[in-house]
Amino acid sequence: MKTQKIGAWLAIFFGASYFIVPLIATFEFSLRMRRGEYSFDAYRSVFSDVQFRESFSYSIVMAILTIIFGVLLVVPTAYWVRLRLPQMRPVVEFITLMPLVIPAIVIVFGYLRIYNSSSYIPFTGSARGTDALLMFSFMTLSLPYMYRSVDTAMRTIDVGTLTEAAQSLGASWPTIMFKCIFPNVMSGVLSGAFITFAIVIGEFTMPSLLNRPAFGPYLQLIGANRAYEPPALAVIAFAITWGCMVLLQLVSRFSKSAPSKP
Amino acid sequence: MSANRAIDLKKKAIDWLGITPFLLFAVMFLIAPTLYLVTGAFLNPAGEFTLENIGGLFTDKILASYWISIKISLASSIGGALIGFWLAWAVVLGGLPSWIRSSLLTFSGVASNFAGVPLAFAFLATLGRTGLVTMLLRDCFGINLYASGFNLLSFVGLTLTYMYFQIPLMVLIITPALDGLKKEWREAAEILGATNTQYWTKVAMPILFPSILGTTLLLFANAFGAIATAYSLTGSTFNIVPIQLYAQIRGDVLHNPNLGYALALGMIVITGISNLIYIWLRMRAERWQK
Repeated sequence: MKTQKIGAWLAIFFGASYFIVPLIATFEFSLRMRRGEYSFDAYRSVFSDVQFRESFSYSIVMAILTIIFGVLLVVPTAYWVRLRLPQMRPVVEFITLMPLVIPAIVIVFGYLRIYNSSSYIPFTGSARGTDALLMFSFMTLSLPYMYRSVDTAMRTIDVGTLTEAAQSLGASWPTIMFKCIFPNVMSGVLSGAFITFAIVIGEFTMPSLLNRPAFGPYLQLIGANRAYEPPALAVIAFAITWGCMVLLQLVSRFSKSAPSKP
Repeated sequence: MSANRAIDLKKKAIDWLGITPFLLFAVMFLIAPTLYLVTGAFLNPAGEFTLENIGGLFTDKILASYWISIKISLASSIGGALIGFWLAWAVVLGGLPSWIRSSLLTFSGVASNFAGVPLAFAFLATLGRTGLVTMLLRDCFGINLYASGFNLLSFVGLTLTYMYFQIPLMVLIITPALDGLKKEWREAAEILGATNTQYWTKVAMPILFPSILGTTLLLFANAFGAIATAYSLTGSTFNIVPIQLYAQIRGDVLHNPNLGYALALGMIVITGISNLIYIWLRMRAERWQK
């Protein structure tokens, strides 16, 4: 029994040092910009960079759009599959898992071939079109997470009864969808939204190959050309991921405390 | 009768109409792009069927990049799985205070999503030539990492970096499986006179094995498709498959677009097979978690 506890503490000690040392090192490195003393100069330099602000706000706008369109696609689909097409569930679930199987770089390679400016649907022919394509590619990337969290939230409510109750009170389909189903799966929607946000903000492959000025390619560019700004940016990126995950935990804890089972 | 059938048909049509947006999305942004590359891998530039592109994969340069990709993915997935399992075991069965468990799981949620470019920056600041650990080892212990042959921009360095998101992923997936080990099994084994080793090798491991192997495959596929970390760590000097494909998409470095499709097909096949086995093993593992 004693050796077991020592082994467990050893594991935690080892794991904690592997995980925490790089974070400390990154933070320490980001403070080294001024010679001989620690300062926040690197952060000042990052925040005053116009490109940082532009790419960061571009990625935030993209993340919000991805979340809105992703939710509008996933919630009605998950609802409809549960209500009317249970036989399609395995198929839909398989499709939502496909982005985990096919690497992102392969998917975007296909986009560039199918939707180039000389094709039938020339997404990449204009900047706005490429933005739309990029948003769809982000939706694809986040599909597995978004679908899973919405579907899990939907499992706890009785979709059929809710729908019948709303219908017998004379509700139209949009009313059922937005006043009845959405509020009930809000915890799932929010979990999916936070994880989507974390994915979109850091994504490098897709915006880089589609040539859009997102945060991921900006990070890569800075990394190739500067010394002290990259660790400062890594600290910022880690803080964003951390924030998203803490919010996600809060949401799931909050929804667990609510009585879901009769 | 016929009126009934018409109503039935109409209902069915509405049923299917409900998931049309989703199916359309899936076809346009998942299935069609993938199929285009897969069929393109079997066509020559004139559009005729050929196996030349697949054959073209078996040249030294491309085989070498597949090999290095597989090596890194294997090393980081096996390493990640072992250490992740050790950590999960520690918090589930090691008798540690419960706050350690919840902080490990929260942290794992963050770290498994902390990949890509920032992760490369973090490891450069840690183990790069002027990184904190490199400097500390040199100044306090007199160990010169880089003189002794270590390089962050190498197989070992990249594996070490990938494990930063592999270990947490393993922890997140394997913890529920360890939670699923019932106390009764252990008690039954002990009453029958089993030693601790016997319990682990004859009872616990056979139950956990599908989960462990399956998750390792998932980690493998996860590492195999990753590009951002390696690209910003090493530039295009380190020829793993995703970086090769990235260069091919950017500028047709293989001088044959269809060979590029074959390269992509090879990636799909490798990640696809490991994911299929993962799903199959997961279904086997779930039998015990009811």
